[in-house]
Amino acid sequence: MRRAAVIVLAVLAAALPWLLQALGLDFYLSLANRIVVAAIAATSLNLVLGYGGLVSFGHAAFVGLGAYATGILVSEGVTSGWAHLGATLLVAGVAALLIGAISLRTRGVYFIMITLAFAQMLFYLANSIKGYGGDEGLNIRARSVLGAGAFALDLKNPVVCYEAALVVLALVLAALARFVPSRFGRAVLAIRDDDLRAEALGFPTYRLKLVLFVAAGMLGGVAGALGVNQQGYVSPNVLHWTQSGTFMVMVILGGVASVWGGVIGAVVLLLLQEVLGAWTEYWAFWTGWVLLAAVLFARRGLAGLFAAR
Amino acid sequence: MAALLEVRGLVKRFGALVATDEVDLDVQAGEVHALIGPNGAGKTTLVAQLGGQLASDRGTIVFDGAAITRWTAHRRAQRGLVRSFQVTRLFGSASAHANVALAVQAVSGSSLRAWRPVALERALQARAHAVLAEIGLGARADAPVDALSHGERRALEVGMALASRPRLVLLDEPMAGLGHEESTRMEALVASLRATSAVLLIEHDVDAVFRLADRVSVLVGGRVITTGAPDAVRRDPTVIAAYLGEADEL
Repeated sequence: MRRAAVIVLAVLAAALPWLLQALGLDFYLSLANRIVVAAIAATSLNLVLGYGGLVSFGHAAFVGLGAYATGILVSEGVTSGWAHLGATLLVAGVAALLIGAISLRTRGVYFIMITLAFAQMLFYLANSIKGYGGDEGLNIRARSVLGAGAFALDLKNPVVCYEAALVVLALVLAALARFVPSRFGRAVLAIRDDDLRAEALGFPTYRLKLVLFVAAGMLGGVAGALGVNQQGYVSPNVLHWTQSGTFMVMVILGGVASVWGGVIGAVVLLLLQEVLGAWTEYWAFWTGWVLLAAVLFARRGLAGLFAAR
Repeated sequence: MAALLEVRGLVKRFGALVATDEVDLDVQAGEVHALIGPNGAGKTTLVAQLGGQLASDRGTIVFDGAAITRWTAHRRAQRGLVRSFQVTRLFGSASAHANVALAVQAVSGSSLRAWRPVALERALQARAHAVLAEIGLGARADAPVDALSHGERRALEVGMALASRPRLVLLDEPMAGLGHEESTRMEALVASLRATSAVLLIEHDVDAVFRLADRVSVLVGGRVITTGAPDAVRRDPTVIAAYLGEADEL
């Protein structure tokens, strides 16, 4: 039943560009693409925030680093998508390793503050690199190209870009569903429940948390790389702390430590933004009420409402 | 033969308070070694130093031939030195069986494997079931730990420490808060451990200690004032003055 629902959903999502075209609503493809990219970013944050219980307030840093790594390569004339992917994983991974290695030595409020501080450092760094747009951001004309010759997939085509992001999201969700009942997933949940106890049992808690943090950072970077392909533009704002806050809202709204939590949160928040934004410029005010209701009445997020049935 | 655990000159200070004051302690392989002492004697601090939760200021801990003084807690556990906690610490979101399975997993192979469900690991699951049966919770395997009684939770707390077949297990007041019947069962469980691992038992129930222990050390004011066979310790005038006299009055 559940499996069937997921397959139907996947087919619909994959067919969306053609459905929109048939309905004359092509305009919404870019919104759909933004939602898929945000879903990847939110899901990667859910890995640390939800499963790891680590309130990272700097996740936008990794998304932004992925966006800049890809954007800068494109602006330098490198169009190979695989090169972009490699650079993104490397840059976001190394940054997550360094930031995580330091941040994970702290706990609670200190962890929140130190991840925020690192992200803000990178935000100001992005503002100051004049060669790549500085505070005005960087426009790119070309996009990532996967493969070569007749079979080359150029993400400049909005449909290709959307489908590529959707494939990445599907892979991320499948990996997450495997991760949860695996050794690693069980150990991470145990560490979230009681760090000291897990360590006393023999779990190398620091190392496991660091691996989780780096994996989430790399995935966040991939979301950023897809985002810059979709937007054709990257600015320091993608690294801003409010962006980290938005991803947190998505996770909490959708469902902390739920496989679909990040997806549901991204869909609901961005659709709300779109619908309310057309109606009032104070959309953020009304979105705030929705978040409040979700936190008060659906402790496990919207995904929890479905699971309860 | 060298002792399984050799503690020499161990010190822990909290500001001006010397919680652990030049402690020397040996635990032999296969013995139940009890550590008793009045409240505030430093028992819990000492266990935390041995378990790796607290760093020591001075002194050495040698376990199974390795100098583990600076080792992290997880490394000690993987070497076979595992502790239980005075205040029950279980993983609340999981069943009794899942808690023990985690304890088995923690010391058997890498926990970075992220693809295969742990439920498919037959040997690990079987070991967890065996441990549950051993501690008398065989019928409660699927119960969420929040649904267990206090006695069952204490048994599970100890069971998790045993799941990895440690060479030495540190039991921090396993009988705390247990009723008579539950205490008797716990006593039998601790006695049965002798066959497989050494035990350092911290316990307030002095009667149980004297029935169970092969040797007893008495900790007063952060110092080990004596170590010996239960009968000798019971008759030691310094012990009676410092601790047992007080206990008998209760």
